[in-house]
Amino acid sequence: MQVDSIKDGLVIDHVAAGKSMDIYHYLKLDDMDCVVAIIKNVRSQKLGRKDVLKIEDPVDIDLDVLGYIDPNITVNIVRNGVIVDKKKLSLPNEITNVVKCKNPRCVTSSENYLPQLFTLADAETRTYRCRYCEQKA
Amino acid sequence: MRHILDPLDLSVAETDEIIALGESVMSDGGKYSRALSGKILATLFYEPSTRTRLSFESAMLSMGGGVIGFSSEESSSVVKGENIADTIRTVSHYADICAIRHPKEGSALVAAQNASIPIINAGDGGHQHPTQTLTDFLAIHSIKGRFDNLTIGLCGDLTFGRTVHSLVRSIARYPNNRFIFVAPNELRIPGYIRQILIKNGVPFSETSTLEAVIGEMDILYMTRVQKERFFNEEEYLRLKDIYILDKRKLSGANSDLVIMHPLPRVNEIAREVDDDPRARYFYQAQCGKFMRMALMMKLLEVM
Ligand SMILES: [Zn+2]
Repeated sequence: MQVDSIKDGLVIDHVAAGKSMDIYHYLKLDDMDCVVAIIKNVRSQKLGRKDVLKIEDPVDIDLDVLGYIDPNITVNIVRNGVIVDKKKLSLPNEITNVVKCKNPRCVTSSENYLPQLFTLADAETRTYRCRYCEQKA
Repeated sequence: MRHILDPLDLSVAETDEIIALGESVMSDGGKYSRALSGKILATLFYEPSTRTRLSFESAMLSMGGGVIGFSSEESSSVVKGENIADTIRTVSHYADICAIRHPKEGSALVAAQNASIPIINAGDGGHQHPTQTLTDFLAIHSIKGRFDNLTIGLCGDLTFGRTVHSLVRSIARYPNNRFIFVAPNELRIPGYIRQILIKNGVPFSETSTLEAVIGEMDILYMTRVQKERFFNEEEYLRLKDIYILDKRKLSGANSDLVIMHPLPRVNEIAREVDDDPRARYFYQAQCGKFMRMALMMKLLEVM
């Protein structure tokens, strides 16, 4: 199968096989008008199998969340059909509305206007805690 | 403008300042009888805690200020209709400082994010209760005269009581203290607290029998063992009485031991201990008002 290379946009590579739809939702691509190609189970030297997402002309996309989901993911920025930059993913200090607090006693469970906000508590163990109740993500 | 949501929001220097002011209030309350004249405290109590609310209100009235507010017993229907953010925005126009108690964890932070007056967390669902921690501090300092070179025993439910965790972390910021944690395996102090102590070189030990270690302690902090923390009645009954402090267990303790408890107790301390001069939990409760006076003066920047 052949999917045309994109002209301008992003190639999100080295996504764990089968996880591309999760990424699609985390990046809220369903709310955007841009063209998205999802390629599943591509053969990869590094991962055996991997998924790849190609996004044409994305407007306002928050890539920080990818560092939280999987640090192995790489992001290539494409201009005029060539990769001009590789974005290094780091752990974001904050993630908003990506995971939901599991603590039933958390204030976010009753005050539904509040964002689901998690902050990085320990980079070594990649631990995030709810900004409100300190529950682990 | 400052809020007090977590006892660790205060630096060691700021804590010392509040405790020093609290001790001054204790020795000469009259000196501060007009300190907050014209100021209004709002007490927003979304769950009942009469003790804490009255302590706040009495503290404000003793400094010449006024009090408005509600408690869940009297106005639950009004309270339920509106979210915290909207309520606090409105209350900010009516009061100069606000104490909030709410059953949800993190509720005080939501209040602070939407307030234009200082917010004091008066308990957010077992998450944090900084005025309890500061009260414990004032009690300790006014009896022992120091926060360092102490051996502090904590006994009972050390897993779920997050106010106990805050107390440990706050005292651990002072030099040469040592902790003895007395709890059954099911209720031991959590790993992240142990990690913090290890990282900071604070010595501690863990045991499940009080008698063996009570003789080493300068302070014994008893905690409430709450029924709702257990999966079944049987387990609760098995564990709750192991850690009851009575005269017999106390026989091996130092003559200057300070016995503390946040009150109300369930049955962790036998009534027969109340007459012992080492029992200081009623004194500890009295400290609450003086500490709240000091805290409000600091937050309203009159001291
Ligand atoms: Zn939470």
